[in-house]
Formats: sequence, C-alpha cells, structure tokens
Amino acid sequence: MIVTINGQQTTINPPLKLSDCLAKNGYRDMTIAVALNGTFVPKGEHANTALNDGDDIEIVAPMQGG
Amino acid sequence: MKALHIDNTILQSRLFLGTAGYPSPEVLGWAIEAAKPGLLTVSLRRESAAGKGQDFWSIIKGFNIPVLPNTAGCYGVEEAITTAEMAREVFKTNWIKLEVLGDDYTLQPDPFRLLEATEQLISKGFTVFPYMTDDLVLGERLAALGCDILMPWGAPIGSGRGLNNPYALKLLRERMPGETLVVDAGIGAPSHAAAAMEMGYDAVLLNTAIAKATDPVAMAGAFAQTIEAGRAGYLAGIIEPQQSASASTPAIDKPFWHQEN
Repeated sequence: MIVTINGQQTTINPPLKLSDCLAKNGYRDMTIAVALNGTFVPKGEHANTALNDGDDIEIVAPMQGG
Repeated sequence: MKALHIDNTILQSRLFLGTAGYPSPEVLGWAIEAAKPGLLTVSLRRESAAGKGQDFWSIIKGFNIPVLPNTAGCYGVEEAITTAEMAREVFKTNWIKLEVLGDDYTLQPDPFRLLEATEQLISKGFTVFPYMTDDLVLGERLAALGCDILMPWGAPIGSGRGLNNPYALKLLRERMPGETLVVDAGIGAPSHAAAAMEMGYDAVLLNTAIAKATDPVAMAGAFAQTIEAGRAGYLAGIIEPQQSASASTPAIDKPFWHQEN
C-alpha cells in the first residue's frame, strides 16, 4: 500500500503499525512527533496505530524558530 | 530587579530570543551566551531520516534555558492545535507561542482563529502565549479565555520597524495591568526594545534584529543591556513630558540679578 511521509509517497508492506513504519524509514531513537492524517498521535500509541492505504504521515523534529 | 515568573518558572532575563536565521549554529550559540535570554523560541519542521533537527536540539538543550515552541506558519485552527500537541511531546512543555496567521503579506495574526485556537488549547492544558495584534478588545477576550500572557506585535515579523503603534501598546499596558505583556515581533534596534520596556512591558521577544545584525553576538549583548535598562527606567518612574521648559538650575540667588524698579 502507499502512504505519504512528509509529502513523499512511499510504498510499504501491510499489515504495518505506525511504529514499524517509522523504524523502517529511518526514524529510530529520534526526538520526533507524529501526526496521522492531520491528527497528533502520541508516542505511546505508535505501536497500536494501524496504517491504511493513502494515510498521510507528518514527522516533525525541533528546528530553529522565532 | 524582580525576576519575571511564568507558571512558577523564574526567567533569568526579560529578553526572549528566537533561534532562527543565524549565520551558523556557532553564532547562534555565542549570541545566546551574550544575550542570556529568559527563554528561547523554537519550532517544529519536517524531519528527514538523516535527523537534521536532532543536532539543533542538542545545542539548545545544552543551554538549560526554558524553551517556548511556536506554531509558526499556521493559518488554520486545526493545524495550529496539532502542531501545539506535537510540540508538547517533543519539547516536554505546556507552553506554546500560538501563531495563527491571517495575512501572508504582513503575517498579521488572525484574531478570530486565534481566539478559537486559544480556547481549545487552554482546554487541553496548554499555557498559551498568543501572538496577537495590538487590539485592546482582542487582548481582553484572550484574557477572559484564561491567557495570563499576551504578546502583541510591535510591527510585522522581521520588519525591524519597531513599535508601529505606541498608543495601542500603551493602552494595552494601562488597561491590563495584571497581564504579563510581551512585545513580540518587529523590533529592529535596541532603542525599540527599550521603548517597550519603558512603557512597562514585561519582556521583549525578538529574533531577526539579532540574527541578521552585522555582528549578531554584539547585538545580542546590546539588546540584553537595553532591555534591562528600559525595565529599570520604568520601575524608577519616568517623568511626564511637558510642553514648556522648566529650568533645572534654581533661579534663586542667581548672580548679577537686580530687581527692576
């Protein structure tokens, strides 16, 4: 199935949880936060959150800001 | 001088410093050391698998200064709320500088969406630092929702114009004496920050004026001094301007004076 990660379409093999997707795409041991289809998903729920075809995942990290 | 408290956190300075736009991470670090700010503003942006945001966060954490994450660039209520929720998890703070913009030319806050987002975020346990225009009624509405801190703009973000509307800013200070008021955005010169502090503002938040200065580190030091001086001047009681001159040297016993018949 195809999901979008930070605006880029990516093919992943189902069934897959959000935590698996993050790990497979290189986001291990990082200070990040995640939104799925525009809704914040707390870190504690990543392992229980199933992904579906067409999901839109935003992964953010600290950055400079004013 | 009495320190500024926010949510039982004692801030070491009334200079709030943005972390964006410096020539290099090293210069950012030196500017922080020179400014000794009370808090640092930070943001969230998309992270790559290479972890480009992780190094920045390591630098900031090393200063052990409270951080204020923002929702910079948000135009909608929902995206601002989601951004705030992500910021709370990443930065482990309930503080959020709430930006909900309404115009992409001036980056003017949208007062209506700002109110809506503020109400929702307060219900979710956030301490909201709303980036707002200098409108008194908006300030009163935000305070009624539970904001103890208001951050009116001095001028559009990054413009360096200073305090565009001193009358409105003074009015906010006079009419809302119990609020923590912070001039946020538009500051260009140290004198602009001093003017805000002399009005009785509790702090000044700036970024571009330091980051884009010819010498950001020297400018950081200049702002630190002027903000402290402005606060001290306000507390000392600034005289009211007068229309006419008033000689400071006593006229009594002036030599060569003779009463005319």
